[in-house]
Amino acid sequence: MLSALLVMAALAIVLGAILGFAAIKFHTEGNPMVDKIDAVLPQTQCGQCGFPGCKPYATAIASGEAPINKCPPGGEEGIQKLAELLGVDPIPFGGDTQPKPKSVAIIDENTCIGCTLCIQACPVDAIVGAAKQMHTIVASECTGCELCIAPCPVDCITMQIIEEKITNWKWKYPVYALNAVASAGATP
Amino acid sequence: MTEYLLILISAVFVNNIVMVKILGLCPFMGVSKKLETAIGMGAATTFVLTLASGSSYLINHYLLGPELSYLTTLSFIVVIAGIVQFTEMVIQKTSPVLYQVLGIYLPLITTNCAVLGIPLLNVQAKHNFMESLFFGMGGALGFTLVLVLFAGMRERMEGADVPVIFKGSAIAMVTAGLMSLSFMGFSGLIK
Repeated sequence: MLSALLVMAALAIVLGAILGFAAIKFHTEGNPMVDKIDAVLPQTQCGQCGFPGCKPYATAIASGEAPINKCPPGGEEGIQKLAELLGVDPIPFGGDTQPKPKSVAIIDENTCIGCTLCIQACPVDAIVGAAKQMHTIVASECTGCELCIAPCPVDCITMQIIEEKITNWKWKYPVYALNAVASAGATP
Repeated sequence: MTEYLLILISAVFVNNIVMVKILGLCPFMGVSKKLETAIGMGAATTFVLTLASGSSYLINHYLLGPELSYLTTLSFIVVIAGIVQFTEMVIQKTSPVLYQVLGIYLPLITTNCAVLGIPLLNVQAKHNFMESLFFGMGGALGFTLVLVLFAGMRERMEGADVPVIFKGSAIAMVTAGLMSLSFMGFSGLIK
């Protein structure tokens, strides 16, 4: 019994020492730029930028593969923060990426058949429910990414715009319209 | 020397770990979608498996001995987990691209049953140190060979006109089965 304990302890100590040494020897800094960009992104993990989440989009921006105007949940404010961080000119939203008002998904609980498809689609696990049981959305977790709408077979999910109330009102950041600036910059 | 060559050939072809012993199917199905990832995974597994079979022999022979043989599985898993962690650190440092491509499958080498299976088979077959090493390397090379072959086939199948119900994993499973059948042709190669 004692020898078994000693053997396992010795193994653990030796392996721990090797791994500890390797951790110092092969230490890698995560790309600090990616982390900074990731901190600016809204973390909705919605995939509207065409990347599977905020971190991959941040990686793509850092490596110069993606423009900074692909994040609708971040809004123009997000673009300006990114532009400031990266030291580039802010560019307005273009094409099919347009900012949307902040909203939350609502499940019509009378229509829901409990198919769990929306649960699998939700990137932030904001939907609770089980097979053949009614599902519901944890509004505080919902990022309004709309990924749950497409998979729903009975179309019982709707987006509800969050209205500004006294409880959720915040001071606005001073945002100037990017479109105006961009066109004004183009004229001279 | 012929003895080691025989062990190597036997482990790669005749007793192929994936196709004949049916071990390590998780990465076999999971990482075989692209040729480059398959090669990377094969290289990482070969590294881990060779180290694991060598060190597990040392542990079994010098540390455990006959009276503590009930600890083999436990201690092997600990060693394998350690080696995988080490490999992960090395790959993250040397090839961040490969690290990102392999993703979750890299730490999952720990739970690749081929990696535990080969040291246990070594113990069962009473191999000595060099034999264990060669059997481990042969098993891993066999794994890599099958993984790369299978990845190549799957890449081809992407463009093939497969009936809708067979698309994706279904046809991959059928192909794996056929491949396993064809590997049976190697039995009897070495007496």
